[in-house]
Amino acid sequence: MNKNIAGPQNGAIRLCAPFLTRTIISALAMMVITFWVGICCAKPLRYATQDEPQTLDPHSANLAVTNRLLGNVYEGLVGRDKDFKMVPWLALSWSQPDAKTWRFKLRPGVKFHDGSPFTADDVVFSIERALSANSQMKASIQGVASGKKIDDLTVDVVMKEPNPVLLNHMFFFRIMSKSWAIKNNALLPQNYKDKEDTFASRNTNGTGPFMVTVRQPDVKTELVQNPNWWNKASPEKGNITAVTLLPVKNNATRLAALLSGEVDFVNDPPSQDIARLRAAPNITMILGAESRVQFLAFDLTRDELLYSNVKGKNPFKDVRVRQAIAHAIDAETIKLKVMRGLARPTGTIITPVDQGYSKDADIRLPYNVARAKALLKEAGYPSGFEVTLDCGAAQPPADICQAIAPMLARIDIKVTPNIVPTANYFQKIQKFDTSFYLLSWSTPTTDALYTLQSLLRSYSGDSSGNGDSNYGRYSSAQMDQLIDKIRIENDLKKRDEFIREALMLANDQLPILPIHQQLWPWAMRKGSTAILPPNNVPYFFRFNLK
Amino acid sequence: MLAFIARRLLQSILVMLTVGFIAFSLFNFVGDPVALMLPPEATQADRDEVRKSLGLDKPFYTQFAVFVQNALQGNFGISLRLGRPVSQLLAERLPATLELVGVATLLALLVGIPVGIYTALKRDHWSSQVLLTGSLIGVSLPNFLIGIFLIIIFAVWLGVLPSFGRGDTTQLGFWSTGFLTVSGLKAVVLPAVTLGFYPVTLIMRLVRSEMLEVLRTDYIKFARARGLSNQAVHFGHALKNTLVPVITITGLQLGGLIAFAIITETVFQWPGMGLLFIQAVQFADIPVMAAYLCLIGFIFVTINLIVDTLYYVVDPRLRMETSSAGGH
Repeated sequence: MNKNIAGPQNGAIRLCAPFLTRTIISALAMMVITFWVGICCAKPLRYATQDEPQTLDPHSANLAVTNRLLGNVYEGLVGRDKDFKMVPWLALSWSQPDAKTWRFKLRPGVKFHDGSPFTADDVVFSIERALSANSQMKASIQGVASGKKIDDLTVDVVMKEPNPVLLNHMFFFRIMSKSWAIKNNALLPQNYKDKEDTFASRNTNGTGPFMVTVRQPDVKTELVQNPNWWNKASPEKGNITAVTLLPVKNNATRLAALLSGEVDFVNDPPSQDIARLRAAPNITMILGAESRVQFLAFDLTRDELLYSNVKGKNPFKDVRVRQAIAHAIDAETIKLKVMRGLARPTGTIITPVDQGYSKDADIRLPYNVARAKALLKEAGYPSGFEVTLDCGAAQPPADICQAIAPMLARIDIKVTPNIVPTANYFQKIQKFDTSFYLLSWSTPTTDALYTLQSLLRSYSGDSSGNGDSNYGRYSSAQMDQLIDKIRIENDLKKRDEFIREALMLANDQLPILPIHQQLWPWAMRKGSTAILPPNNVPYFFRFNLK
Repeated sequence: MLAFIARRLLQSILVMLTVGFIAFSLFNFVGDPVALMLPPEATQADRDEVRKSLGLDKPFYTQFAVFVQNALQGNFGISLRLGRPVSQLLAERLPATLELVGVATLLALLVGIPVGIYTALKRDHWSSQVLLTGSLIGVSLPNFLIGIFLIIIFAVWLGVLPSFGRGDTTQLGFWSTGFLTVSGLKAVVLPAVTLGFYPVTLIMRLVRSEMLEVLRTDYIKFARARGLSNQAVHFGHALKNTLVPVITITGLQLGGLIAFAIITETVFQWPGMGLLFIQAVQFADIPVMAAYLCLIGFIFVTINLIVDTLYYVVDPRLRMETSSAGGH
């Protein structure tokens, strides 16, 4: 950047020199320097990304792309600091007067982007909106029945069932202005049923550090700094004044734009180019551990696998076979060769930022081919068997599957990777049309319950959410009991203990086989700093662009 | 004449319906949009709700009937990915694609015709051999590869042209143009060259072979015998007769360029219809795909119709046949 600034500056001086006296030159130079200093400390950020949000409605879609943008525009009652520790945000403090009530004291003097003040009415309204039928953000206020205004800056959140980790959930519960929603007829989240786009899906009005000024879907979205942001004196604040979000679908083009300096920041550099980016002289890589775990899962219900040569029985029903597979998978090699170092092998389905994580549950069965072979022999498959492994066509899952096949071939399990386009993949496994599959899972609530309930609770097929993503239909009465206990336990300590028990049980029975937690790379202009939080949301106000 | 056009129109409608039907039946295989609209962590209840609200729970023929009925009224539904009306989305993207295709076509004509003439006239000169060999690259290299080469050279190494996007656009009524700003003009260069590469070589080779053919005909020999200057023979007599097939091919290529701008648009993130379509495919955004395929079908059918009509106007034999048939 220095070079770019210096070029025209010298040129201008050279051109003007014959006409100007020495004093004018130095005055001009001073001005240029002041101007330059101005640029260096407050900068617009150009940001290229593969996918862009489908909607700007804060309660409509719970998708990573939407969250990445809206996390800068809308805020919640609780927030996370740069170390991802829970901190007061739009609420100053909270208490639990009784088991069924949470009382939040709101921050005074906060204003929405349109200038209207933030009050208890907005919180009550946002709770109603997030609970309405079209909302996909119901999980952000899990267990909440309603909001009740006590005074302008005090709100009671009334629970229909206890949720001791409500604050974890509420981190992504976003507050919208009631008066703005009324004025623009955006009382309800966008609904696909109405076949029309709503005002709030194209416009925003939050309290956050950035405001959306231009929205051209698939072309660009522009944000500018909110000059009246309540937290602008924060020590964590960087130098970004405006953000231009440019969706660039093609990996090579996106990378070229970064290398040529047309953009400053790419949040999803393709993994095969990481080494090249690290070597590039004008690029800084920023790494963070995303709270997403890749895992293998097995069909545990059918008496005969759909895609295997074993007839009349299901080898995966034998825990020794699952243990053998765990012993045969070399997570370190996958980390080094497939993930190019960007992974943390893990033995459990939740990550250290999630409530309930415990170190002693995060233990993998060691890589040991001899032990794996012995276990297979014990289980009655001395010469192995054949099975198809289903994976989504996205990266890195497809590569992981292709690495797993030769690893299992070493213990004579002949795996055929079946790589399916993402849209068809979910459809396939949601129909339980699989014998063996790879899936990645992140815990949006940063709490173990949601993950345990979706992945390990017996499949119910009703609206309870039990076993919704348990595509192997694992079912264990012991596990179900533990999960139900976790759900109603209000004492955090006891609850954490139940979670630990459940995770340990999962390690014993291996219904799913965690491989690793992904490390996520961001690429930025050299010398810039940023913080990559576990939810992989770029909070631009914490960025410092060189 | 009218009967001819009416017959053609009727055929066109049949073609459109067939395109719509085939497109629609293919959509059963592109996957489940609901799986992509909701996060993998969503509950089954959420999924059922969305599927029902989109009408995706209905059988195939019901969905198709509803689609045709709405399409006839110009209503292609709402994009599952962007949540906005499809007709509005296509109308927004159409200018970008047409401007890109327009520049590429212009480039093809302005470069292809002169180079074609040159290589025909200086048939044995070494420069013609170089140009002809070079044109093989245009025919054989895939579009996206040329695009990425150009990006590396002009955006990354030289840093003179942008690698993606359309620059700043100006809104003229419903039409957004990139031709009125410097950044817009700069942005169109690389994609237009990429897209124009193939038609340049095609037109060049076509002009060359036609020109060689024409130069051998009797009336050219006769013109020379009359003592006309080389210039008059080449440009006055030969070129005119060369251009008839060139116009036909350019017309047909135009439709092809609009349809196959998809790849160039993806490489350069050019916000045209092709990019919209590719993103729709990845998202299984059925309404957008259906509308796009119908629109492209419509463009092809229209161009064919115009070309057929032009033949009718140009070629007296076609007219003779019908009038004599009527006379019997």
